[in-house]
Amino acid sequence: MKETIPGGAAWSRIIRRGHALRLDAVADGANVSLLAYAHPQTLERLCIPDTLKAQMAVRITAPMVLMSDCGRALLSLTGSSVGWHDAITGHSTQPQVARRFGASSYQGDRNDQRLAARTGLLDELTKHGLGERDLHACVNLFTKVVPGDDDRGGLTYAPGNAHAGDWAELRAEQAVLVVLSTAPHPLDPSDRWSPSDVVATIHPVGPAAADDASRTFRAESARAIEQAERWIA
Amino acid sequence: MDRVTAPTLDVEVPAGDGWSGVITAGTRFRIVDLHGNQAVDTLFYDAHNHANRYSAVDTIREQGAVYLTTGSVLRSVRLDPLATIVDDTCGRHDTLGGACAQESNVVRYGEHTRHQHACRITFSRLAHQVGMTTRDLTHNVNFFMNVPVASNGDLHFADGVSAPGKHVELRAERDILILISNCPQLNNPCNGYDPTPVQLLAWAS
Repeated sequence: MKETIPGGAAWSRIIRRGHALRLDAVADGANVSLLAYAHPQTLERLCIPDTLKAQMAVRITAPMVLMSDCGRALLSLTGSSVGWHDAITGHSTQPQVARRFGASSYQGDRNDQRLAARTGLLDELTKHGLGERDLHACVNLFTKVVPGDDDRGGLTYAPGNAHAGDWAELRAEQAVLVVLSTAPHPLDPSDRWSPSDVVATIHPVGPAAADDASRTFRAESARAIEQAERWIA
Repeated sequence: MDRVTAPTLDVEVPAGDGWSGVITAGTRFRIVDLHGNQAVDTLFYDAHNHANRYSAVDTIREQGAVYLTTGSVLRSVRLDPLATIVDDTCGRHDTLGGACAQESNVVRYGEHTRHQHACRITFSRLAHQVGMTTRDLTHNVNFFMNVPVASNGDLHFADGVSAPGKHVELRAERDILILISNCPQLNNPCNGYDPTPVQLLAWAS
């Protein structure tokens, strides 16, 4: 499966275990705000706090495992041309988009209407019987926001983190519902609405081997993958 | 600040236990770390619409900083202010570390911890008492917990910056439902390896 997701759009797919979702940025400055749920039991969902504390990181980088709130691997970031993907600053909301880029409506802009990530994600979640109660901290693929070493952990958006041709690949460690938006990150200072298209490819890669880099990354990563493998006995 | 008026709420939450209650708009709500280094896992909801719940990442982004302290506005998924931290003798609180669970304990520490008590059990029990389910649980605040992050991308759990008698005080910005799990975690320094009781106090506006 290969298709182009326009910039500023929302999209969802169910990815089978042992298949990978590859996302290729078409233009500079792409952002993909990504949510993930176990399929079909969507009560189990991506838990960024558990993912970060188990792997002692404040950002997502290959070969980290994205863990659910049930202690099981959902996805592994098996590779990426980008070394830092944000996971602590959430996604854009409609009031913020209106403040930054001006009011936008279907009547005025037709299908170039500027929709925030939140709007698109909720539209897409609704298709799966999900909604606001199912929101969780997203991964912002291709975006870098650095916490300072000061007393407050002050945030700095890092411009130029991703360019045309950059990519990230996520392997499903169980059947996973992925819901994503390609709207700009809310801390991106650009005042011109030009979100990058992203090409999504789903292809079989096989489950994590015994010596897989995501499994051997840390003992915690290995246990999360193992718990996913053992869950359905 | 010391208060001359009697509090409208004064309860002690035992180690590993929980508490929930509705705090009306304008009320001051204080958590006292009686014995020091005790993580207090806390969730906030709009009391009249539980879907409009605390959002850690929206709170972090809107304040432009990772740690919570005096002046921090705790925001909902709709970016509504739920509460503001108005007094803090500890100085730093976490909202990235989440709540411990039996399942995350297995991931972090191994199979032998599977049946240990965990915050998520307390949160689930409290949620069900007020008509919510685990679907309504989200990323929480950890008062008095120290989770330093670094510009190189590192994060770790460190010894607490809290001490006996330190407190944090919130002002409810609307009627809010609060769920508290007084953390039972024994496997990392978040409770100094010795969970202890905390005190909850409130004063009406």
